[in-house]
Amino acid sequence: MLAVENLKVAYGQSVVIPEFSFDAPKGEIVGIVGRNGMGKTTLFKALIGMIPSASGSIKVDEKELVKKPSYERVANGVAFVPQGRMIFPYLTVYENLISGVSGSLDQEDIDEIYSLFPVLEEMSKRKGGNLSGGQQQQLAIGRALMTKPKVLLLDEPTEGIQPSIIKEISRSLRKIGEMKDLTIVVSEQVLSFVLDTCDSVMVIDTGRLVREDRREDVDAEMIKEMLAV
Amino acid sequence: MGDYTAEELQSIFIMQGFSGLSLFSVLLLMGLGLALIFGQMGVINMAHGEFMALGAYTVYLCSNITEQFFPAFTPYYFVITILVAFVVCGLLGAFVEWLLIRHLYHRPLDTLLATWGLSLILQQTYRSIFGAREVSPRLPDWLMGSFTYGDVDIPINGVFVLGLSVIVTGSLVYFIYKSRFGLKLRSTVQNRSMSGAVGINTVKVDRLAFALGCGIAGIAGAAFTTIGSTGPDSGSRYIVDAFLVVVSGGAASLLGTVGSAFGIAQAQSILEFFLEGTKGKVATLLVIVVVLMIRPQGLFPSKVRSH
Repeated sequence: MLAVENLKVAYGQSVVIPEFSFDAPKGEIVGIVGRNGMGKTTLFKALIGMIPSASGSIKVDEKELVKKPSYERVANGVAFVPQGRMIFPYLTVYENLISGVSGSLDQEDIDEIYSLFPVLEEMSKRKGGNLSGGQQQQLAIGRALMTKPKVLLLDEPTEGIQPSIIKEISRSLRKIGEMKDLTIVVSEQVLSFVLDTCDSVMVIDTGRLVREDRREDVDAEMIKEMLAV
Repeated sequence: MGDYTAEELQSIFIMQGFSGLSLFSVLLLMGLGLALIFGQMGVINMAHGEFMALGAYTVYLCSNITEQFFPAFTPYYFVITILVAFVVCGLLGAFVEWLLIRHLYHRPLDTLLATWGLSLILQQTYRSIFGAREVSPRLPDWLMGSFTYGDVDIPINGVFVLGLSVIVTGSLVYFIYKSRFGLKLRSTVQNRSMSGAVGINTVKVDRLAFALGCGIAGIAGAAFTTIGSTGPDSGSRYIVDAFLVVVSGGAASLLGTVGSAFGIAQAQSILEFFLEGTKGKVATLLVIVVVLMIRPQGLFPSKVRSH
């Protein structure tokens, strides 16, 4: 579903991702783990088009997206939940949810999000900025799902979220993935979350893919060592 | 004020207050367009006054065409011309955004210089086409005259312009806070890159917002023809006041724009009667300086993040 080949991303002369290739098959949840500053956020921002890629290829359903602006990538089935949620704080929950929808608005889509995250319906008229971290995360995921994606990218979804809610997010992601046959790519530092949630685990180090395992083959101790500062 | 009786003072305040309402209407229409372009998009559009002048010249042209070719239509042309001025200025605005402004987002000082250059080009263009002398369209008869209540005359054109500005303000508020485009605009203002990442075409939003701001300046120009004549530099006379309205109201705040347009227009109108033109303006400016010293974010700061 999502095929990334030889992706190179640089800020001016500073190359953050020298070369990165991976495939995320349809309906799978792929976890990308790595220490701070290893290029996870840069990779995700390049995938959604918030920062340009120097070279390489990003394909969704065989369609090349690497030169396309963000909104066209969204129209082609990529959705992004960024680190820190970045919901629109002065829009209501409802407005946040429909902000990215192009064309006609389907009430069934909104109801589906409300059934996944009931708290969003309760707080639909509240400003996004007044929600707790966990509620904002649900809103950010709901906002991304409203665009009917084929690939959902989540950058460190557990950052700043209390442990009980982290388990809830993990359950929601697995449920969403199964319900919609969605490809999900998650970057994380919390290995337990990745092992609970993902079908396969990749390790990123200084912008390169250094390890890739199916969940059942993951050597947790070795990856913990790699994640240790 | 010592030479006036209480009755005379009452009449003066009512008359000047109403004259201030006409000025308020033009400042509000100018300020709304600027609030959209400067407040929401962060672009300092020094050519905003020239878009107003274009709206006024559009009315003048339509007036001439109507008189020459469709004289029977003279009583009605003005209302349609307001829409024509909106469309003409909006289209030029979209073209200017595409040609010039889109390359200068996040560089406010460069937009200031570029749009100042554009204002000079437009002024000279008006001078070349319409001449240096001020022109006035032929207004329909129903816009002339005044209502009289006791000693007080209330000009009909003033009431019309006030009504027009109320309609435009209401429509703009509805558009920004109730329409899907308004939602995309507010999202873009709060977080431009994230708006793109949720699927909003921010390039289109910018172009439409700039065009809308310029279109509203065109409506301001149409309104202006009912209370004054139009020259190549008519717009530049209002641009400073319009910026004062937006900045003192709180950039990006429509409520602030309405409040400060009212305050500045009333202060100018009443103070200019008692203190002469220049002194009245100085007094108004002093009040604004004091307001901005106490509240640098303006009277009604909008709760939005920068880009």
